[in-house]
Amino acid sequence: MKLVAGPAHAWLPLVLGIAALLCLGTSQARSAEPPTDSVYRLDIPLVDQDGQGRHLADRRGRPLVVGMFYTSCHSVCPLIVDTMLATERAISAKHAGGIDVLLVSFDAEHDDPLALKRIVNSRRLATPRWTLARTEPAGVRKLAAVLGIRYRALSDGGFNHSSALILLDAEGHIAAHTETIGTTDPAFIAAIETVLDPPK
Amino acid sequence: MRSAFARSIIALALLAAASVATAAEYATIRGGTFTSVLPADGKAADTRVAPFRLRVVPVTNGEFLTFAETHPEWRRDRVARIFAEPRYLESWAAPDALGDAVLPQQPVTNVSWFAAEAFCESEGARLPTWYEWELAAAADATRLDARSDPAWRERILAWYARPSNEPLAPVGGEPNVYGVRDLHGLVWEWVDDFNALLVSADNREQGDPDLLRFCGAGAATLQQRENYAVLMRIAMLSSLQARDTTANLGFRCAKPLERGIER
Repeated sequence: MKLVAGPAHAWLPLVLGIAALLCLGTSQARSAEPPTDSVYRLDIPLVDQDGQGRHLADRRGRPLVVGMFYTSCHSVCPLIVDTMLATERAISAKHAGGIDVLLVSFDAEHDDPLALKRIVNSRRLATPRWTLARTEPAGVRKLAAVLGIRYRALSDGGFNHSSALILLDAEGHIAAHTETIGTTDPAFIAAIETVLDPPK
Repeated sequence: MRSAFARSIIALALLAAASVATAAEYATIRGGTFTSVLPADGKAADTRVAPFRLRVVPVTNGEFLTFAETHPEWRRDRVARIFAEPRYLESWAAPDALGDAVLPQQPVTNVSWFAAEAFCESEGARLPTWYEWELAAAADATRLDARSDPAWRERILAWYARPSNEPLAPVGGEPNVYGVRDLHGLVWEWVDDFNALLVSADNREQGDPDLLRFCGAGAATLQQRENYAVLMRIAMLSSLQARDTTANLGFRCAKPLERGIER
């Protein structure tokens, strides 16, 4: 763009205005609450496979796929990981950087960082892009509630649960949701590509 | 200086008096082995419910108004949309006033699960689990478990048959054997694990759970199919999302047996 020359004093308000906007922008990015319909309004504490404590809302700023699982589950939960790995391969041609993945355990009692780490290692999950995490029982229930995942503890230590992957945009809005597990869901893949590369 | 000091002492005393006066009453529920309509193992096992305390009456409009004043993030004009749909507290005249049509002693309704959880946390409690609620609600005025009595079932079904557009009665109905009131006949109530009941919409699917959607021992299998009243409640709770509210859905809170002792 070619700037039109003019008296210096005519530019001053514009320069000051831009400066003010920039300041406003940075201060808002730091302090403003997430949008009213953002999952990041739920600020539960998480502990990852390395024992690092972070809050759910710390993920704000980058798109994220969230799911729930537990490590002693041998039927569907490995399939959730398989499905996410296959989804990653499908987007890798256009998005070499991939998408962040967060899987939170239903099993607050048994899934400590060590148990989570074992899954990360045995499934060769690419950290730090992949995070397996635990939270306290109240956090499990609230996270499942915002994500629309249904689960119930069984007396044998297992859980009945619905299986879903949920795509959050950078602000924590639910951008897409799939219950297609065991094979990839083309609509979910398209939605991930859209949040990673939004149309201008 | 001195008068300011005296004023703050008086204010503190008043505050303490007010918190004693408004402290919610809880009744002790002896736990035990219980045959729930939802078997604990997804097949047929009985459930063990640890002893706990349950609020004697549902939370009222007056109590929820006080909560919204002290926790303004739960006012209807400030609540995050992800935690409550637009109908949240819609019957109140204003975000900070009940108005003439809404009585302080009526049970609060049009509250989301998130709001109910937050209220219970504010009084050092939580929502009861489904098993806790079902155990307490199995009692009548004289028996711990009245469920096999056809007259008991009919009384509850008669409530379900009443039109739901009439104003709700104030809390404080007849107590059951535990001293808990209004478990039946006033409002539906949120439970902590409402999103866990996993009732298949079609009974024929039971025993053939969709393994790709449900991990574990399979979807819930209902027992006691003649107990329609309880089954209707489960079906209603299962249909909800945590941000939903309805004009007939309220809540009460539960606590561990003794302060500071967790299960």
